[in-house]
Amino acid sequence: MAVAHPLDKYLRTDRIPTMWCPGCGLGIVMGTLLRAVDRRIKEGSLKRENVGFAGGIGCTARMTLYPLFDSAHVIHGRAIPFALAVKIVKPEMKMIVVGGDGDLAAIGGNHILHAIRRNADLLVVMVNNMIYGMTGGQVAPTTPRGLYTTTTPYGNPEREMNMIKLTAALGANYVARGSITHPQLLEQYLYKALGKRGLAFVEVISTCPELFGRHIGFRSPVDLYMEIRKRIVIKAKPSIEESDYSWEKGFVIGEFVDRDEPGFTDTIYEYLNKIRGGGVQ
Amino acid sequence: MGVRGLSQLRIAANKYFINIIPDRCKECGLCIAVCPTKVLGRGSERNLRGFRYVVALNPEKCIGCRNCEYNCPDFAIFIEVGAK
Amino acid sequence: MRVDYITGNTAIAEAAIVAGLKFYAGYPITPSSDIFEYLARELPKHGGHVIQFEDEIASINAVIGASWACAKAMTATSGPGFSLMLEAISLAVITETPLVIAYVMRTGPSTGVPTRAGQYDVLQATYGFHGGLVIPVLAASTPQEAYDLTVKAFNVSEMLRTPVVLLTDATIAHTYGKVIMRERGELEIIERIRPLTPPDKYKPYEPVKEHVPAMACFGDGYNVLVESLTHDERGYYAPRTDVQRKLMWRLYRKIVDSAPKLFDYSAIGLEGCDYAFISYGSTALSAQVAAKMLREKGYRVGTLKLRTLYPIYEDGIRKLVSSAKKVFVIENNVGLYYRELRAILRDKEVVSVPIIDLDLPQPQEIVEVVKQWL
Repeated sequence: MAVAHPLDKYLRTDRIPTMWCPGCGLGIVMGTLLRAVDRRIKEGSLKRENVGFAGGIGCTARMTLYPLFDSAHVIHGRAIPFALAVKIVKPEMKMIVVGGDGDLAAIGGNHILHAIRRNADLLVVMVNNMIYGMTGGQVAPTTPRGLYTTTTPYGNPEREMNMIKLTAALGANYVARGSITHPQLLEQYLYKALGKRGLAFVEVISTCPELFGRHIGFRSPVDLYMEIRKRIVIKAKPSIEESDYSWEKGFVIGEFVDRDEPGFTDTIYEYLNKIRGGGVQ
Repeated sequence: MGVRGLSQLRIAANKYFINIIPDRCKECGLCIAVCPTKVLGRGSERNLRGFRYVVALNPEKCIGCRNCEYNCPDFAIFIEVGAK
Repeated sequence: MRVDYITGNTAIAEAAIVAGLKFYAGYPITPSSDIFEYLARELPKHGGHVIQFEDEIASINAVIGASWACAKAMTATSGPGFSLMLEAISLAVITETPLVIAYVMRTGPSTGVPTRAGQYDVLQATYGFHGGLVIPVLAASTPQEAYDLTVKAFNVSEMLRTPVVLLTDATIAHTYGKVIMRERGELEIIERIRPLTPPDKYKPYEPVKEHVPAMACFGDGYNVLVESLTHDERGYYAPRTDVQRKLMWRLYRKIVDSAPKLFDYSAIGLEGCDYAFISYGSTALSAQVAAKMLREKGYRVGTLKLRTLYPIYEDGIRKLVSSAKKVFVIENNVGLYYRELRAILRDKEVVSVPIIDLDLPQPQEIVEVVKQWL
């Protein structure tokens, strides 16, 4: 007697296989994220109907198409304000924003900046494949310096953007970096992030085998996966400074920030109750 | 109950069952590469989409670590713990 | 019912509260900001949220999100801010998200004269977003109309699941007028259709009434899909001509077929007139005075003030001005809505009377221009 895949209950199975290329890290991220959600639901700290997804545009944002939850696939870079508004109106919701490095760090940069400043109660999962995948492999703010892309055919002259440093500096409650090459560890971070109030930011180092990998000489998804795995450094308590990465230096993964300051939603409801109770006139 | 409308292979493996859903496999090879005991290998049969889906070459070597399950981007393989 | 002496901007804020506004997101921009400030003070007392976002793009996307959490939601802005919102308005159109945008026009292009009025954005209000569809645009000329049309804008947005633009300008925004404000029980308030089917049977984009689907919200347990891609009734991406055709025509029809229902205007002396003035917004006030001046000189001039600019109820407008030999379209811009009217009034002479003025166009100036054509 066959049993269903343990995650099928959370998937729109009629839409599987996904649109992602063979070996794309995004499927690993989605599976890992759903496992973390499953743990939270099973232990009773999260209700299924209160989990919502939002994503902008890009291969990562397409992750909103598959989970069997409330889900929004909106426009490029703007998933954060959408999700934040849902959270404000329905504070019982746990909103998960999924986006690529282009969606969240480039075009949506302004929104992530202010969401963190507010300590908005969101889990933001930024999948960093260091490239614009969907549009054909153009340079991203996160592309390591020197690497070849379709819009930097002579090598990328720009510095890599380190979103860990940015989110930590602006005061997110939880900042971690995981990698698809270490999904069990990533699940721990995502599980923890789901339990946080305020803003939790998890960056996931991932692979784009077709448009990143091939361009720099890795011919199969496995080759790129193994190359990235070699460049991952796991640290128990890494410093923020250690989060800077480059192709040569590699990528430090671990939990960079873990604090517990009041989230935006709690604060605004505190104000609202005061106003409605006549405490403020 | 298996996946609706899709065939599913359930291979007895030591204390576990290796479940493979051939029509979800995209032949990326990640499960084969991350298996610490070399249980899996590239198959020769093609699925609905023309991918040569993964097969369990040495099921008896499975240690139930679920690396394949965690690293499969396509929900095409998972490990069940068998009844003792 | 209350009567007060308030500005057009205050009227919009008051009406929004009565209509059931629960979420306002905005970014400061002259001359719309006092809608924002008024709501920031008053809306929380009614249990609603007012949040200042980092820009207009975030504001409109938050309004869309709030609406999908089933809160009535709005923003207010002016030309430059509306330009930034256009991409998201297109998203609201394809995802059929009810929301209201109070668009307080100022002088442009670009920064222009931020504190003064104009009607330069009348076409942008409905044609600005990409995708070639139409959204309802209502135009107010007095604080009372701003109040009434705000309630109507919310009703239309909920009824048709669409963004609705309420168009005013800097003059109306800051002109005081007597406004009769009705309470909740005294007004017709329309709410969106909620799903009657259980979650497993529910399709978020399946029309249930006159092209309009029922709307389940985040947190309702319906696993809703908000989808910006071309989608079928389930909300699944479907890059196929049949799906695209069906979706486009439904989104188009649900607005355009509602034109008679949405049509709103006031007419003075149109029956048996020789000449008709058509105008909207603050300029309509000048046009009405100009028509009166000409009537006193013996000309049979009627006026039609349009409160619904889009969708255009062609038959309705044609019938109203049927006796006129000539139609004058009076606007505070280079002659924009004139193009729309010229296209539907093909059997008569339609004359554009574009008068650019930082304040209300002077009735005398309108008379002088029009007299050359009488």
